[in-house]
Amino acid sequence: MNLSVAIEKRLHSAQREFVLDVRFESDADVTILFGPSGAGKTLTLLALAGLARPERGTIRVGERVLFDGARGIDVPARRRRIGFVFQDYALFPHLSVARNVAFARSSGWLARRGAAAEVDGLIEAFDLGACREALPAQISGGQRQRVALARALAAEPDLLLLDEPFAALDAPLRARLRSELLALQRRRGLPIVVITHDPDDVAALGGRVIRLADGRVVEGAG
Amino acid sequence: MPGGALIPLLLTLKVAALATLLATLAGVLCARLLGRTRSVARDVGESLLTLPLVLPPTVLGYYLLVLLGRNGVIGAWLLEHFGITLIFTWQGAVIAATIAAFPLILRSARAAFADVDLPLEQAARTLGLGEVAVFFRVTLPLAWRGVLAGALLAFARAMGEFGATLMVAGSLPGRTQTLALAIYDAVAAGDDARAATLVWISLGAAFVVLVAAAQLLRGGARP
Repeated sequence: MNLSVAIEKRLHSAQREFVLDVRFESDADVTILFGPSGAGKTLTLLALAGLARPERGTIRVGERVLFDGARGIDVPARRRRIGFVFQDYALFPHLSVARNVAFARSSGWLARRGAAAEVDGLIEAFDLGACREALPAQISGGQRQRVALARALAAEPDLLLLDEPFAALDAPLRARLRSELLALQRRRGLPIVVITHDPDDVAALGGRVIRLADGRVVEGAG
Repeated sequence: MPGGALIPLLLTLKVAALATLLATLAGVLCARLLGRTRSVARDVGESLLTLPLVLPPTVLGYYLLVLLGRNGVIGAWLLEHFGITLIFTWQGAVIAATIAAFPLILRSARAAFADVDLPLEQAARTLGLGEVAVFFRVTLPLAWRGVLAGALLAFARAMGEFGATLMVAGSLPGRTQTLALAIYDAVAAGDDARAATLVWISLGAAFVVLVAAAQLLRGGARP
């Protein structure tokens, strides 16, 4: 699936003024936004998901125009069909593992289509059966990441965004979860965009690397 | 109950409960509309909505009379279309107490909503939820302790409402005379025994509410 991003956004704060001006295209299954912290990676990902609004530009995923400043198009996050795995996973602390995974399927039109079986399948596939009634605070870091992935996949996204998915994990776990993520991507044929500042992630995940610095793409714009 | 304190106590509880309910609904709604980000416009909005907390209750009473009196904008309309008069009724006392209690809910609710991590609400949006569903499935379940603690403070404030209530609803025994008004009435009439009884009842009720609020806030602290 072709992903095309050309956006500008200014952030003002007392400490600094930040200008994001990012343009890239990617046809890859795995796209990596690579760069130091403060380069604008997370802001780019938030804009893709519809959680931050660019001042101008366009965002296109496949045939769908999700944002076009000139034409006044801004598809809300809930309709973008883009999954998001947050850096600290943002699991709902008041809900069990099973109810986190089922979150997108427990209301609205998606809920009517065999939601329970689908959710059970995801819990099984991510090896979360043993902790399905536990709260997020009671499970390990690796399990939390799997819950975040399963929760995002339950919404059946066209594209999955991951913000530093391995930063919160220790090294052995990191290596295992990298290969799990790649296997998942291949199995589902789901394009992913991953943010990282870790060169080991880039080496392990492969794919298309887009290097960001100071709010701009400095390498790999396409 | 001694000294005929039961009627003012029940009236006080009725007025305070209804006022707390109304103030909670309005306060939660306004807190959500004000949002989590701060800006000059939002701060001005919050300050305006907080005015009832800092103004003398007689100023509230004055404006309520201006609005709700026979010649007031709302009062005249209610009288003409529904034949309703709020002045010197217990319903008028509910409105006075609601306005007085509202800022306490607003501030507690806004702080409680701001404490909910932004990525949790963002995650819910990417999972297909609209704003109303985000509020009821993520924000409120995580912020309800703060909202409830605010509601208890508001209840205590509504129970003690005096100035605005006196101006709007008067102090009619058995009809609009709440505990606070009954105490004033008893002291003015030189009935010290009755005043003392009513004071003890007021103290007890307020104390119970404050302890409950403290318990809720303590339980809500992050582990």
